[in-house]
Amino acid sequence: MQAERPVLLRVRGVSRRYSGVTALGGIDADIRGGEVLAIVGENGAGKSTLLKILSGVVRPSAGALQVADRSGRLVDVELDGVRDATRAGIALVHQELNLAENLDVAGSIFLGREPSRFGWLDRRRMRDDARRWLSLVGLDVPPSTPCGSLPIAQRQLVEIAKALSIESRVVILDEPTSSLTARETERLLAIMGELRARGVAVVFVSHHLDEVLKIADRVLVLRDGRLTGELAREELDRATIERLMVGRDIARAERRVTPADARVRLRVDRVVGAHARRRPVSFEVRAGEIVGLAGLVGAGRTEILEAIAGLVDHDGRVQLDGVAVDGGASARVRRGIALVPEDRARNGLFLEDSVAVNMSLAWIDRESRARLVDARAEAGLVSRMIARMQLRPPVPSRRVQALSGGNQQKSVIGRWLAVDPAVLLLDEPTLGVDVGARAEIHAEVRRLAECGSAVVFASSELEEVLMLADRIIVMHEGAVAGELAAHEATEVAIMHLATGGASHDGAAPTAANAATRES
Amino acid sequence: MKKALGIICIFIAIFLFATIYGENFLSGINLMQLSQRTALYSILALGAALVIVTGGIDLSIGSVVCLAGIMTPWLLVEHEWSPWAVIPTVLALSAVLGLCHGLLVTRLRLQPFLVTLCGLLLYRGIARWMTGDQTQGFMGEYGEVRQIATGRIPVPGLTEYLLPATVIPALALALVIGLFYSRTVWGRWLLATGRNESAARYSGVPTAWLITLSYVGCSLLAGFGGMLFIFDISSAQPSDFGNFYELYAIAAAVLGGCSLRGGEISVTGVVFGAATLQVLRTTIILVGLSSQLEFAVIGAVLLLGVAADELVRRFLASRLERRGAALGGAR
Repeated sequence: MQAERPVLLRVRGVSRRYSGVTALGGIDADIRGGEVLAIVGENGAGKSTLLKILSGVVRPSAGALQVADRSGRLVDVELDGVRDATRAGIALVHQELNLAENLDVAGSIFLGREPSRFGWLDRRRMRDDARRWLSLVGLDVPPSTPCGSLPIAQRQLVEIAKALSIESRVVILDEPTSSLTARETERLLAIMGELRARGVAVVFVSHHLDEVLKIADRVLVLRDGRLTGELAREELDRATIERLMVGRDIARAERRVTPADARVRLRVDRVVGAHARRRPVSFEVRAGEIVGLAGLVGAGRTEILEAIAGLVDHDGRVQLDGVAVDGGASARVRRGIALVPEDRARNGLFLEDSVAVNMSLAWIDRESRARLVDARAEAGLVSRMIARMQLRPPVPSRRVQALSGGNQQKSVIGRWLAVDPAVLLLDEPTLGVDVGARAEIHAEVRRLAECGSAVVFASSELEEVLMLADRIIVMHEGAVAGELAAHEATEVAIMHLATGGASHDGAAPTAANAATRES
Repeated sequence: MKKALGIICIFIAIFLFATIYGENFLSGINLMQLSQRTALYSILALGAALVIVTGGIDLSIGSVVCLAGIMTPWLLVEHEWSPWAVIPTVLALSAVLGLCHGLLVTRLRLQPFLVTLCGLLLYRGIARWMTGDQTQGFMGEYGEVRQIATGRIPVPGLTEYLLPATVIPALALALVIGLFYSRTVWGRWLLATGRNESAARYSGVPTAWLITLSYVGCSLLAGFGGMLFIFDISSAQPSDFGNFYELYAIAAAVLGGCSLRGGEISVTGVVFGAATLQVLRTTIILVGLSSQLEFAVIGAVLLLGVAADELVRRFLASRLERRGAALGGAR
């Protein structure tokens, strides 16, 4: 079977070092046409580096790449820049899509190689060709649609159409589903299947093992820059992959039930946030309780968290320990209400600044005397927080930009844990965070709750909601659809509420049912 | 300090060049005038830096210099106000102009470039209209008040050189602003705001009022500078007083290591940036180049300085990486 699939790209002993740190050490791999190859690993395991080398963005410090020529013979290539890779038939679809937002779909597919006649753009040919490539990826939008107006899932398909239009034989996708809904993910996986059927080699990186298990023909597992496993389709199973990724088994935490007599810390009373449906939301969180907000994308979880944090104007009342909270975000932070945002690069981090600056930003306000920062106390705080969050590497002066996703998230959460918030709100606390760091983040959040804080988090991953929450509030179309105690909740029950099912429905629907309702 | 290293090197190079090729460059009178002008322009450049740190820009500095500078003799001489009323009034007015800039930028979310460009046109127009476009001066009076700018302080051990009085407020301001950014909560928050305004807001930083405060500081310094300028030169015309001063201020701040993207400042760098521009102006005259070439030479040096800075930074970064790689290999 394997022999029939031609090797299109061969990786031979490829290594890459950054500033003395080995990001990737001696990787050997074959990438075959007509095959979906998944690369998994914790953040910082070297996946992105490997993709960058394959797509010509970064050159390896050692080792070589070989690309199959027309007759199928492998020849050494040096990829210096994306153009070289493109010429060799390798296309990368970025994690952060870099389509020019002001171009239309046809324009971005043909960017840099627009068809022309006598120096004038041949718009008609561009549109006709674009339409052909778009239909190939199952995207039904007019080629004149501006890219900026497309949802992320469709922009991704435009990028894939672009990759196909330059006759790429190897299509590389970097975390393609990280911002897609379940339905969009299904569709993307189907398209990856179609590419495979056309003989294209599809390489993708993902944190979602479900997808990997569903579509991959082969899986490469990386850990600390080394290949720890190469699994064929028939050897794939979740526990094996997880063990190869982290080098240890992941223990599930015990669930706790918050005593009903614990005092109410956070009261949200008919709050209407920025959600389009403008429906009021009410709930309470007790001291020591971790409440998970579940729901589909667009259910209004982010909106309610941002309203509680005072980042947007809202109707209704928020109370902390029985006292009304008003004012903007800075007033609420001073009262002890903190939010860890979903998009950490944009709203959470100061990427060019050090870990120390990022972690002490809220603390300096609490601990300053006459508005002066005590540098020595600050240094002490930073090293304590680095140890507590188990940041790797534990270097206060390291730029946050250079950290992996998990360590970046730890920096944002550490900023708040340093000031011991009364209420900690987390929006997708472990998005793009690897398995090991996720467990550490969950442990810190639990510890904060045990000290009497109220915690509310929103997560699109049911597994995370079930793992971390003591109580689950399910949202649907801007309102609370129902509540479940963690010990009685199941994925099916949550999905039932999240998709608009009534909470008193005696017979829980089947999983298949829930999935169809979602669409 | 590290950020200021580049501009200090450029300063030394130009200084040495002027010493060797310029006639009388090291004379007491020339050095006195140089330090006087460096001090005055430093005050404006520090103001420009306050706004640049937030990722904004203030193009109205020159016109605020003009309005504040022209108003000072106008109120003193024509309206016969007491100096003790004029100085606070002019400073308060400057601060109010900055407050307007800040509120328009943070509340109405207008672009800083646009807001302060309108300020540039507006304030000069007002200054010209208010005074009927007539030259304003002190008519040889108010010598005591003008001592703030014209005073010369003897330095022990030096006979030819007297320290201009303006150096004292300029250095004091540089020190205070430097400490503000490195040691106070608000300063640290402003640097964070310049790096990523949205993340600062999510972290509970009151970004809107801190940015407003920066614009107030910038215009206040411009107004203060304008007053010192007019005290120094004793009379000026509303139509050209302070022309292009915002560009000197912004150029000095950028030469001094303030990134126009925001989030970075070095007061040492800003002061040396201002000094470099002044030495350059003097050098052009002393080596006998046509003074018409002044702007061209300053433009060329600014460009070279910024390009050299970028190249050195890249070289150091790549060397760091290579050295790191070698170390990694040895391990």
